[in-house]
Amino acid sequence: MGLTIDEQTAKDTIVETLKKKKGKSKFYLKDYYKMLPDEKMRDVKKIVNQMVREEVLEYWSSGSTTMIGLKGVGKQATTEEGE
Amino acid sequence: MAKHETPLIDQLESGPWPSFVSDLKLEAASRAKNENGIDYQIPVDVCDDLLGVLELSYKHGRTHWKHGGIVGVFGYGGGVIGRYCDQPEMFPGVAHFHTMRVNQPSGKYYTTKFLNDLMNIWELRGSGMTNMHGATGDIVLLGTTTPQLEEIFFDLTHKMNTDLGGSGSNLRTPSCCLGTSRCEYACYDTQELCHSMTQEYQDELHRPAFPYKFKFKFDGCPNCCVAAIARSDLSFVGTWRDDIRIDQEAVKAYVGGELKPNAGAHAGRNWGPFDIQKEVIGLCPTGCMRYEGGKLEINTPECTRCMHCINVMPRALRVGLDKGVTILCGAKAPIVDGAQIGTLLVPFMKIEEPYDEVHALIEKVWDYWMEEGKNRERVGELIKRNGMQKMLEKCDLKALPQHVQEPRSNPYIFWKEEEVPGGFQRDVNEFRKYHQR
Repeated sequence: MGLTIDEQTAKDTIVETLKKKKGKSKFYLKDYYKMLPDEKMRDVKKIVNQMVREEVLEYWSSGSTTMIGLKGVGKQATTEEGE
Repeated sequence: MAKHETPLIDQLESGPWPSFVSDLKLEAASRAKNENGIDYQIPVDVCDDLLGVLELSYKHGRTHWKHGGIVGVFGYGGGVIGRYCDQPEMFPGVAHFHTMRVNQPSGKYYTTKFLNDLMNIWELRGSGMTNMHGATGDIVLLGTTTPQLEEIFFDLTHKMNTDLGGSGSNLRTPSCCLGTSRCEYACYDTQELCHSMTQEYQDELHRPAFPYKFKFKFDGCPNCCVAAIARSDLSFVGTWRDDIRIDQEAVKAYVGGELKPNAGAHAGRNWGPFDIQKEVIGLCPTGCMRYEGGKLEINTPECTRCMHCINVMPRALRVGLDKGVTILCGAKAPIVDGAQIGTLLVPFMKIEEPYDEVHALIEKVWDYWMEEGKNRERVGELIKRNGMQKMLEKCDLKALPQHVQEPRSNPYIFWKEEEVPGGFQRDVNEFRKYHQR
């Protein structure tokens, strides 16, 4: 892992930023890059995917596009794009 | 007796083509009868309700499906597409109707056992309906409920030694033609390269990292049987650098009528005797062939590898021996708008294990796109937005004559000041010594 900051700090930053967001609950991977602007995108991708495995975050997929949000936040089973 | 009256979609069965409505009815009847005593894990009447919801959509002129969701298997960000019916009370059998994509074998070779095993899983845990195959090439399993997803995934990976395919902002399931396994036109082992790339890029296939979808396709020759040039963000099309191999005796046999052109494909009616001038020489897009005195000649530097002459006279003409691939980028075939064909990136690359050159190029394209691509922007759209020159720079490629369609058109390759001796500034007095005002 090539993060310049502590892994836990990076995870906390992501969770804190997500908790502050109003309205939307699912975000593009690119939005996560902005949460850790000093880190390499590949490293952010790795940490985000790791957080999904740890069940902190979860994927949402329309079939063509994937978004990522805090697990259990926002509409769950029967949401759809734009809703 | 059908569960729902379906007069509108029943009409589809009256056409001359095989009907998916008939197939659905067959499956619905088979599930109701359950001759094999299957312990169905999702509603038995899933196919009946699917027919019902489709009939309702025809009646209303609008869809009753909602797509998307958080469904998936643990650790994977693709392979499952959530689908829900917005009339669950009326059609409880399809209230949850998720799609699963399964990675097809390279070249789509199956054993009967594999297909039987697959259907045994799918009849038990899903609707029994499949789409063989989806546009990207996957085996598409249509319709199951959320609790079945992990069960199916376990059986596919542990019992059948296969895996889910790609969906969402992932690398999509790579696909290839039959390649050297069956086809003498193949210029490289497409199945081997496709399989190798699938294994190499498992992380990209299963864990979303891209701005949008990304597709590889591997065609063994320019006949493009998997339409790589039209549908994949990075297309690998087999080609050759040396001369087309000509068997002059076989050419004469075609001309004399002993061999049937197109391997006898157009035999439905009498097209008259084979006319090499009209059917081959005259149709060559670059006019690089001639047939004189019983001898066929091809001017290789002018040949664009269109494959027409080889397809018409496969016994007489064969692809060259110095084989490799042409790599194109940026194709897409969306349903709504904006289809785009691939743009040439690398005119020729040798395909040799361990494929380091291929990996290097792929990763450069990804790095550029992941950095600069907007959300939901395909590579082809990024190239249009930022220019081909930028794409070449990011891939560490030099502009080549092959990148330009013809002189003085599409001049998207420009000189930069540092590439011009003396730069763009000049000494006017020095210039005037040689040129009058």
